[in-house]
Amino acid sequence: MIGAVTNPMFEARTFASFPPVLVTMILVPLFGALVTLAMPRRRTEYARIAGYVASMATLGMAVFLLLNFDKQTHGYQFADSHAWIKLLGIHFTFGIDGISLFMVMLTALLFPIGLLASAHVSNPKTFTAWMLVLEAAMIGVFTARDLIAFFVFFEIVLVPMYFLIAGWGHGNNVYAATKFFLFTTAGSAFLFVGILTVGYLYHKATGHWTFDAGTLTQWVAAKNHISSVTAKLLFCAFAVSFAVKVPLFPLHTWLPDAHTEAPTAGSVVLAGVMLKMGTYGFLRFAIPMFPKAAVYFAPLLLTLSVIGIVYGAIVATMQPDLKRLIAYSSVAHLGFVVMGTFALTTQGIQGGLFTMVSHGLTTGALFLLVGMLYDRRHTRKIADFGGLWKAVPILSGLFLAATFASIGLPGFSGFVGEFTSLLGTFVTRRWWAVVATSGVIIAAVYLLWAYQRAFTGEPEGDNATIAEIGFREAATVVPLLALSLFLGFYPKPLFDRSEVAVKDLMAHVATNAGYHEPAPPSVSSAQGSSAQGSSAQGSGAQGSTATTSTGSGAGK
Amino acid sequence: MNAPVGTIAAIATPHIDWPIIAPVIALFAAALVVVVLRATLRTQPDLVRRLSVAVTFVGLATSGAFVINEWRIVNDSKAACAALHQACYVTFSGAIAVDGLTVFVQAVILIATALGVLLALGYLRREELETPEYLVLLLLCATGMLVMAHANDLILIFVALEVFSIALYILAAFDRRRAESQEAGLKYFVLGAFSSAIFLYGIALTYGATGTTSLAGFSSGNGAHDGIAQYLAANPGGKHGLLLAGFALLLVGLGFKVSAAPFHMWTPDVYQGSPTPVTAFMAAATKVAAFAAFLRIFAGSLVAFSSDWRPIVYVLAVASLLVGTIAAAVQTDVKRMLAYSSISHAGYVLIGVQVATAGSSGDALPGTQAALFYLLVYALMAIGAFGVVQVVNHRGDTHHSLSDYKGLSRRAPLLAWLLTLFLLAQAGVPFTGGFVAKFVVFRAAVDAGQYQLMLIALLASVIGAFVYLRVVVAMYAVSDDDAAEATTVAAEDRSGKGGRMRLDLGSGIALAVASVGVVVLGVLPSWFLDVAHQATQLLAQR
Repeated sequence: MIGAVTNPMFEARTFASFPPVLVTMILVPLFGALVTLAMPRRRTEYARIAGYVASMATLGMAVFLLLNFDKQTHGYQFADSHAWIKLLGIHFTFGIDGISLFMVMLTALLFPIGLLASAHVSNPKTFTAWMLVLEAAMIGVFTARDLIAFFVFFEIVLVPMYFLIAGWGHGNNVYAATKFFLFTTAGSAFLFVGILTVGYLYHKATGHWTFDAGTLTQWVAAKNHISSVTAKLLFCAFAVSFAVKVPLFPLHTWLPDAHTEAPTAGSVVLAGVMLKMGTYGFLRFAIPMFPKAAVYFAPLLLTLSVIGIVYGAIVATMQPDLKRLIAYSSVAHLGFVVMGTFALTTQGIQGGLFTMVSHGLTTGALFLLVGMLYDRRHTRKIADFGGLWKAVPILSGLFLAATFASIGLPGFSGFVGEFTSLLGTFVTRRWWAVVATSGVIIAAVYLLWAYQRAFTGEPEGDNATIAEIGFREAATVVPLLALSLFLGFYPKPLFDRSEVAVKDLMAHVATNAGYHEPAPPSVSSAQGSSAQGSSAQGSGAQGSTATTSTGSGAGK
Repeated sequence: MNAPVGTIAAIATPHIDWPIIAPVIALFAAALVVVVLRATLRTQPDLVRRLSVAVTFVGLATSGAFVINEWRIVNDSKAACAALHQACYVTFSGAIAVDGLTVFVQAVILIATALGVLLALGYLRREELETPEYLVLLLLCATGMLVMAHANDLILIFVALEVFSIALYILAAFDRRRAESQEAGLKYFVLGAFSSAIFLYGIALTYGATGTTSLAGFSSGNGAHDGIAQYLAANPGGKHGLLLAGFALLLVGLGFKVSAAPFHMWTPDVYQGSPTPVTAFMAAATKVAAFAAFLRIFAGSLVAFSSDWRPIVYVLAVASLLVGTIAAAVQTDVKRMLAYSSISHAGYVLIGVQVATAGSSGDALPGTQAALFYLLVYALMAIGAFGVVQVVNHRGDTHHSLSDYKGLSRRAPLLAWLLTLFLLAQAGVPFTGGFVAKFVVFRAAVDAGQYQLMLIALLASVIGAFVYLRVVVAMYAVSDDDAAEATTVAAEDRSGKGGRMRLDLGSGIALAVASVGVVVLGVLPSWFLDVAHQATQLLAQR
C-alpha cells in the first residue's frame, strides 16, 4: 500500500442508503415470487398479475435509481451493508456505480417485458415465480459489493434459469439446460477458488477475514502484496469463470443450445442480461483486482474476442434456424464488449459498456420477434418462412428495425457501442480492431440475408395467413427498439453516468499496473459524449490522472 | 501408570457424574420401557404401539434437554479447561470427556434420530412391519452413538461402536420378507464385524505402544493419569512402529464406519437394500458418530502424529470424493446414487479432519469447525433426500430406479420440490446449507494451505452437480413419450396398482423439518457456525 494512491472508486461509504433501494429491489421480486406461488392454481391470471406488479415495481425503483444517480460522485452510491456470516466476514454489501447502474436498469427493464411476452406459457404460476427469483438474483449480481455475496448470486442465477430452460424450452431443452448448468458451474468453481484464495491471502497478511470487494481490490491490486505469478493465476481463475459466462470463444458452445431451446423470455433474459454477468465481472472484479495480470493477458483475451466476433458472425451466416442465428450473433456482439474492455482504454470500456446495454435491447427485441413467429408457425427454420413482409407488414417492419439495430446501423444504439469500442481498440490494438471491423460487415450479411429469405418474396401457404402482431406483443418490442433508437441518437445519458466509474477504473489500472492508456485520437471529439467528457475531466480529482495519462501517451 | 509388579492397586470406584451421562440414560431408559411394555401388554398391541411411540419421543426430548444442560456445564468449565490444556471435563476415571464436540455431536445425533423415527412410522405401517422392536433398536443405536460422542477412551469407543453397529445390523435386515434387506443386513454384519476386529486390533497395538487406552488423560484424587496425548508429548521418539501400525488399523476401522473410500464397498449395497428409513438414519447418524470418534482420536489425541496420519487422511478424502462422485454419476438407482454421494460427502468432512490440526489462523481450528458444520448439514440433507425416496418408492420399497422419478413433478409436485431442494443442497447451491458447508470446508482447506485438496473437492463438486442434476432432470423435464408413461404410472397410482404414493404425517413433519433446516442453515448460518466454532474451541486438543 505504500505510495499507492487511494482510488475513490473503492471508497467504502459508511452511510447506509435511505431508503435501502437496492435491497428492496432484490426483495421485491423475491416476495413477488412467493406471492405468485401462493396464488390459486386455477386462476392463473392472478399469478401473472402478481408477476407484472412485482417486476414493474422493480422497474420503478430502477428508474428511481437512474433519476437519483449522481454522475459526478466517485465510488458507490446507494450503498448498504448487512452482515451475513460474521465469523467469516461475509456481508451482503450493495452499492452501484456507473458501471452497474445500467446493468441494473437493463435487468429491471427486460423482466417485465419477458413476463409480458410469456402470457401464454403453460403453468404460468411456476414460470412467473422462477422469473422473479431470477430477477432478484440478477439484480443481486449487479449490485453486490462483497465477493462471496457476488458469487452466491452469480451461482444462484443458474437454478431458475435451468428450470426455465428445462421446463418451458423447446426441443432438446433438457440437454441444453444441463449443458448450460454444467458449463457455468464448472466456470464458477474457478471463481470460487479465486475468491477464497484472495480472501485467504488477505487474511494471512492482515489477520482478519473480509470479502469486501473494495477492500480486497485495493489490497490485491497494490504492488508487492501478492506475487505476479499468483496474480496471474488468480486472474486466470476469475477470467475463466467470466469467459464461460460471456461466452468467449472457445467456451461458447453452451450458448447456442441454451439460447435456442430456451423459452422466449428465457432467451431474452439470457442474452439480455445473463451474458453481461461475465463482461461485468471482468470490469468489476478481474481487471481492478489484478490490473497487471489484466494488462499481461489483454492480448490473449483480445485475440479470443476477435476470433469470437469473426467466428460467431460466420457461423451465424450458416444457421438455418433463426433463433440459433441470433444466438451466434450474440457471440459476436459480446466479442465486441470483451474487445473494448481489454483494449484498456476509457473509450474501449465505455464502448463495451454501451454495447452491453445496446445488445440487451436489440437482441432482446430480436428474440421476442422470433418468439412471435414461432408462436404463429411453430417453426424457426428460415426456409419455412417467406414473404412475411406482405402478410404481416407491421411485424416485419419491427423485425427490420430490430435487424438494423442489431447490425449497428447509425442511428441505433448498436452503432454507437460498436463504433466506440472499435475506436477505443484502434488506439491501442490497431490490427485487432481492423479484423473485428469485418465482424460488422458479416453481421449485415447474415441478418439481412436471413431477413431477405424470411420476409421478402411472395407469401405461400401458412405464411400468407399468419396473424399480425398484437397490441401486447407490440408493447414488448417497441419500448426496446425505441430505447435503442434513443440511445443511438443521444448516447450522452449513458456515457455521462458511466464516465466517472470508467475513468476511475482506468486511473486505478494506471496507478497499480503502471499502464497508461494512450491519448485518445482527435477523431473522438466527434463523439457525442466526448464534449461532455472533457468538461468532466477538468473538474474534480480525476483531472490530474487524466492529464497524466494523456501526457504519457503523448510521450510515446 | 507403571504400577510396581506384585502390588495390586486398590480399585477405586469412579465418581458417578449423573448430569453427564443423563442424555445416554434417558435414551436407554426409553428403550427399556418400550421393551417392558412390549413384554407386559402383549394382548393390546395397539396400545403398545402408541405408547412406545410416545415413550420414544419423550426419551428423545428428555435426552435433548440433558444435552442442553451439558452445554451449560461445558461452558461453565471453560475457564478451568483452558488453564489445564486438556480435556475440558473428564470424568468416570477418564473414560468420558465432555466438551463442545460432545454436545454438538449429540445434538446432531438426536435430531437425526428424531427424524429417523418420524420417517419410520409411516413406512413401517405401509410395509406392515410395525413393531416396537424397531423403535427399541433405533433407541439403542442412538444410545451407542451418544456414548461414542462422550468416549475419551479407546475401549469405550469400541463398546459404543459395537452397541450402535449391532443395532444397525438388525435394523438393516429388519424387513424379513425382502431378500435385499436380508442381504444388506448380512453384508453389513460380516464386513462390520471384520472392521470392528481391525479396530480392536488397532486399540491393542496402540495400548502396546503407549501403555494406555485413554485419549486425553485425566486427573483424579490419585494424581494425573496420562492419556495417549500426554504420552506422545512426553515421548516424542518412542515405539513408533507399533503406534503407527496401531493407528493405521484404527483409521481403517473408522474409515469403514464413515464409509470413506477405499473402505466404502459395503455402502451402496447396504444403503440400497436396507429399509429406506433405516438408510436415512444410518447415512446421517452413523457418519456423525463415527466422525466424532475420528476427530477425537486423530485431531484430538494424535496431534503429535499429524504428519503421519494427515497424508493418509488426504488420500482417503481424495479417494472418497472421486469414487463417490464418479460412481454416483453412473448409477441408475436413486438410492444407490445417494449412497455413493454419501461417500463423497464423507470426503468433504475428511477434508475438514485432514486440516483439523493445521489451522494457521488465530480463530482456532477451522477444520474441526468445518467438519462439524458439514456433518450437521449433511445429516439434514441425507435424511431429507432418503425421506423423499422412501415416500416415492411405493409399497415394497422397490421403485428406486431413475425412471421411476420421471415426471415426478407432475405426479407429486411437492415431493419433487423437496427432493430438488435436498439435491441442490447436496450439490452446494447457494442459500442452502450445502453451500455454506462446502464453503467452510474449502476455507479451512485454503487456510491450511491445502490448495490441491480444495481443487480436487471443487472438481468433485462440479461432477456432483451433474449427478444431482440427472435426478432433477428426470423429475422435471419430460418429453412427450415420458409424459404418456408418467400418466399411466399416475393412473396406476390412483388405481392402487403397485401401491400408492402417500406422504404420511410423520414423513411430512420430518421432511418439513429437514427442508426448513437446510434452508435456514443456508440463509442464516451465522449462529450455527458460531456454535460449531465454540464446539471446536472446547475440544480436548492438547
